[in-house]
Amino acid sequence: MATSTPPAKLELRPPPYPLDALEPHMSQNTMSFHWGKHHRAYVDNLNKQIVGTELQGKSLEDVMIRTYNKGDLLPPFNNAAQVWNHDFFWDSMKPGGGGKPSGELLKAIERDFGSFEKFSEEFRSAAATQFGSGWAWLVYTVNPRPSDGKELLVLKTPNAVNPLVLGYTALLTIDVWEHAYYLDYQNRRPDYISIFMEKLVSWDAVSAKLEVAKSRVA
Amino acid sequence: MGSFSLHASCLAKHNLPWSNGCSQNLNSLRIPALQQRGPGFLSRKASKILAFYGLKSPPYALDALEPYMSKRLLETHWGEHHHGYVEGLNKQLEKNDILYSYTLDELVKVTYNNGNPLPEFNNAAQVWNHDFFWESMQPGGGGMPELGLLQQIEKDFGSFTNFKEKFIEASLSLFGSGWVWLVLKRQEKRLEVVKTSNAVNPIAWDDIPLMSLDTWEHAYYQDYKHDRGKYVNAFMNHLVSWHVVTARIIRAEAFVNLGEPKIPVA
Repeated sequence: MATSTPPAKLELRPPPYPLDALEPHMSQNTMSFHWGKHHRAYVDNLNKQIVGTELQGKSLEDVMIRTYNKGDLLPPFNNAAQVWNHDFFWDSMKPGGGGKPSGELLKAIERDFGSFEKFSEEFRSAAATQFGSGWAWLVYTVNPRPSDGKELLVLKTPNAVNPLVLGYTALLTIDVWEHAYYLDYQNRRPDYISIFMEKLVSWDAVSAKLEVAKSRVA
Repeated sequence: MGSFSLHASCLAKHNLPWSNGCSQNLNSLRIPALQQRGPGFLSRKASKILAFYGLKSPPYALDALEPYMSKRLLETHWGEHHHGYVEGLNKQLEKNDILYSYTLDELVKVTYNNGNPLPEFNNAAQVWNHDFFWESMQPGGGGMPELGLLQQIEKDFGSFTNFKEKFIEASLSLFGSGWVWLVLKRQEKRLEVVKTSNAVNPIAWDDIPLMSLDTWEHAYYQDYKHDRGKYVNAFMNHLVSWHVVTARIIRAEAFVNLGEPKIPVA
C-alpha cells in the first residue's frame, strides 16, 4: 500500500565476525567497548542530531558529505563520519588476516609504491605519526588523476575526517584513536599497527574494494 | 618527593639554609617538585642522548590520587606518554642549535609559530601541558575555591555552579584529543573556559592558564574506558587543586590588572 519509506533512523551495523573473533590481536574486551560503546554512541548521537531535520532519512554517506560542507563542518559531521569510518574499519579486518595481498591489488601496490614492503612501511609510518586522534588509509584516486600517474596513495586524517569527503575512494583503514588500542596495547601504538598489518588486515576486502572502484571508472 | 622542610631551630637562629649552621639541612633539603630540573634523573630508563629537559615528577606519589586516578594509569600516563614527549623533544633539540637554548615556555611559544607549528611544537607543548596538568591536581582535591578566586569566578561566570557546568560541557564536547582550560584572558582581563586540540596551549597566544584537564583518551581510558563524563566529574569533585589555582591567579595578578583593590576610605 505505502511506497517504501527511507529508514527512520540509522542502525548500528555489527562487524562481519563475532566480537571475540580477532583474539588475541584485538581482544573481545576492546571490541565490546569499541563497537558496543564508541561506535554505538556515534550512531545514537547522530540519530538524535538529525531527527526532524532534512537530513533524516538520507543515507549515511549522504549525511556525511552534506555535513562535511566543503570543510566547514556542520555539527552532525563528526558523528556521521565516525559511523562510516568504523563500519569501514571492521570491514578492513578479518580473523586470520594479515599476510600479503595478491593479484591485481599486489600489482597495483608494487607499481605505485615500488614494493609491498615499501607500501607497508609508508602505511605504518602514517598510522604512527598521525598526532592525536585519527586514521590512516590506503586510497584509490583517479579524479583528479595525480600528475605522477599513481592510483594508490597512503593518507592520514585527523579526528573524523575521511578520504571520501576529500574525493578519494577508500580501500583500507586503521583506527589510531587511542580508544582503538589502549586496552590491548596502552601507549604502544607501533605494536598495535604491526599486529594489525601482520594478523588482521583483510586483503580480500581491500581487493574487492579496488575492483569496485576500477569498475566505476572503466 | 615534594616537601620543603627545614628544622625550626635553624630558622630560629636566623641562619640561612645554606650557611654553615644549617649545612646538615642542605643535605635533607628537598627542593619542591616545581623547581626540579635536570638530566632525567627521575626517569626509569637511562637516556643515551644529551638531555635538555628532564621528566618532572608529579607533586605526589603515583598512587596518591586513587581511586579517582589509579596508580596503574599514572604509571602509563606519566611514565610512558609524558616520558615519551620528553625523550622526543630532547632528540629534536639535539639537532637544533637555536631552539635548545630556550626555556620551555619560550620554546612552546616560538615553535607554535602563530598557528603554523614547527616540528618541535607537539613534543614541547605536551611536556609543558603534562607538567601543568599534574600540578593542577592534588590528593583530596575538588570542592570549591575560596576568597578572591571564588569572587573572580562568580564575577566572570555568574556562579561557581555555572563555571563547573561550562567546564564539564566543554570537556564532553571536545572532539578528538585535547585539553580543557580555565584561563585568565590577558586582554579581556577575565576568566574563561577554553578548549584546545591535540597539544595546543593558551600560552601560545599569551593568555594565562590557571588549571587544565587532559581529555586525550590516554588520560582516562584505563580507569574509565569510554565514560569521559565519569572522569570529568571525578576530576572536578576529587582531584582539581584550588590551592594551586589560587597561587597561579595570585601570580597572574602581577601581570594582569583585575581591578582596583578595595582600599577602605578613612
